[in-house]
Amino acid sequence: METRTTRVTLGIFTGLVIAFLWIPILLIVLYAFNSSNVQSWPIAGLTTKWFSPAIHDPAFQDAMVLSLKAGALATGIALVLGSMAAFGVHRFRFFGRESVSFLFVLPIALPGIITGMALNSVFVFWHVNFGLWTVVVGHATFCVVTVYNNVLARLRRTPTSLVEASMDLGADGFQTFRYVTFPAISTALISGALLAFALSFDEVIVTTFTAGAQNTLPLWIFGNIRLGQTLPEVNAVVVLVLAVTIIPVVLAQRLTRESGLLRTE
Amino acid sequence: MAAGLDSPQGLNGRGRGARRRIGGALYRRPWLRGLSLLAPPVAAFTAVYVAALAVLFVSAFWGVDPFAGTLIRHFSFDNFRTLWDASVYHTIALRTIGIAAAVTLTDALVAFPIAYFMARVAKPRSRSILFVMVLLPLWSSYLVRVYAWRLILNKEGVLNWVLHGFGLPAANIAYSNTAVWIVFSYVWLPFMIVPIYAALERIPHSYLEASRDLGARGSRTFRSIVLPLALPGVVAGSIFTFSLTLGDYITPKLVGGSSSDFIGNVVFDSVGVSNNVPFAAAYATVPLLVMGVYLVLAKRSGAFEAL
Repeated sequence: METRTTRVTLGIFTGLVIAFLWIPILLIVLYAFNSSNVQSWPIAGLTTKWFSPAIHDPAFQDAMVLSLKAGALATGIALVLGSMAAFGVHRFRFFGRESVSFLFVLPIALPGIITGMALNSVFVFWHVNFGLWTVVVGHATFCVVTVYNNVLARLRRTPTSLVEASMDLGADGFQTFRYVTFPAISTALISGALLAFALSFDEVIVTTFTAGAQNTLPLWIFGNIRLGQTLPEVNAVVVLVLAVTIIPVVLAQRLTRESGLLRTE
Repeated sequence: MAAGLDSPQGLNGRGRGARRRIGGALYRRPWLRGLSLLAPPVAAFTAVYVAALAVLFVSAFWGVDPFAGTLIRHFSFDNFRTLWDASVYHTIALRTIGIAAAVTLTDALVAFPIAYFMARVAKPRSRSILFVMVLLPLWSSYLVRVYAWRLILNKEGVLNWVLHGFGLPAANIAYSNTAVWIVFSYVWLPFMIVPIYAALERIPHSYLEASRDLGARGSRTFRSIVLPLALPGVVAGSIFTFSLTLGDYITPKLVGGSSSDFIGNVVFDSVGVSNNVPFAAAYATVPLLVMGVYLVLAKRSGAFEAL
């Protein structure tokens, strides 16, 4: 229904917007190799000298370790709760089924400060000391939805006849799960987990309210940018963070077609 | 039951029987299976998250002793009265909601043509490449992308360098509300593109053919068929762009100026600097209410299926 001119115009516009999406990311990568410690454009020259001091900075190392631990634990919790919920909701119609989906989407649908503030006040209320586990709880609340969405989408696309065939051939419920259902959903689980990890590794807003005095990697970066401290090192770390968040997503994308918070099917 | 089935598994008859009985019972009663699977995650969510929201709401009516800094668990409207009386909080709330609305509108206008191109013009192969090109920035670090803009908009940044190259005067938009608007629109754009794309892709081709057969031109088909069917996608995307902007304080802090504070900044400072959680909670009810109303309206328009 579109004329040729419309198609071409749309194509050019799309190209421009894709460029708009990518230019800042490419620029920040270039800045990491900036040989000057003045953050101006064009950069003075290329160097890799900032990576070594960045990696050997103890504050960076602590933040990195905390981020990795929190990401791994939050992902673990999200895997368990998210897949249980997906199995529960799948093929089981009941009153309030919509509300369950709504409940899991809520932590990402509500503004981040709400989730952060809410968790913060509940921790203060129960006199919980801020530490690794408060960060983990905060991250798990918004990570559950990625696993839930991925597994549910996969379950909906897996024909129930496979399960029935397995039962007809004499397998019990556990064997059916082990040999039929689990292989069918395994890549969805991995992709959900990778996305959950990427989400956790990058999160700032909820984390500021649940981390107390310690720094996750994004908090360390944010603090340094705000104070204008050791910016060349920050630029180098920022490229590492980009890699750590992008690689799991690329893997997840390769494993499933339905990956993401925003699935296409 | 055929005994032969059990032997290759190396299980004794009784254990196997019990397993089979449990499995069978769960299979025959999907509600039991559903309940036992759903109960733990729902209970955990309710105990931690929903309870937290409730505590947040209740603590908005509490106070803090100005001298001792301790929590006073007395019901009062003092926090809300302060918010109501001081005009600075009105300005900040209006700025937050205004910029969130502007960002949502900008993203909808920019995202629609791309989503349309991806869903209805691009060939399948280039479509999947485009999809990755849009999705990757969404998943790459939010903080890093905001920081990149801080460097771009800087006085000695790329933007002014490009403008200078074209012989244009330097743009002084660093650390301003304009910068906040641009950066928010940038970071949340993929959140708008993907749901619109999903909605457009779902429109059956036969609808468009029917429209043409009935004599509608391209523009009429677009207005009467494509646009209404794409609307749930736009609403779904707007939930993200609106909510994420409403609850943010990082972008205003990094690229905004002295008068770019968002509700989030006040909330953050109340918790982190003045340790006044009840006041922060009271102010946080503003975006909570706005989002609550927005979500109810969005749910009615059927946007949740497009999410």
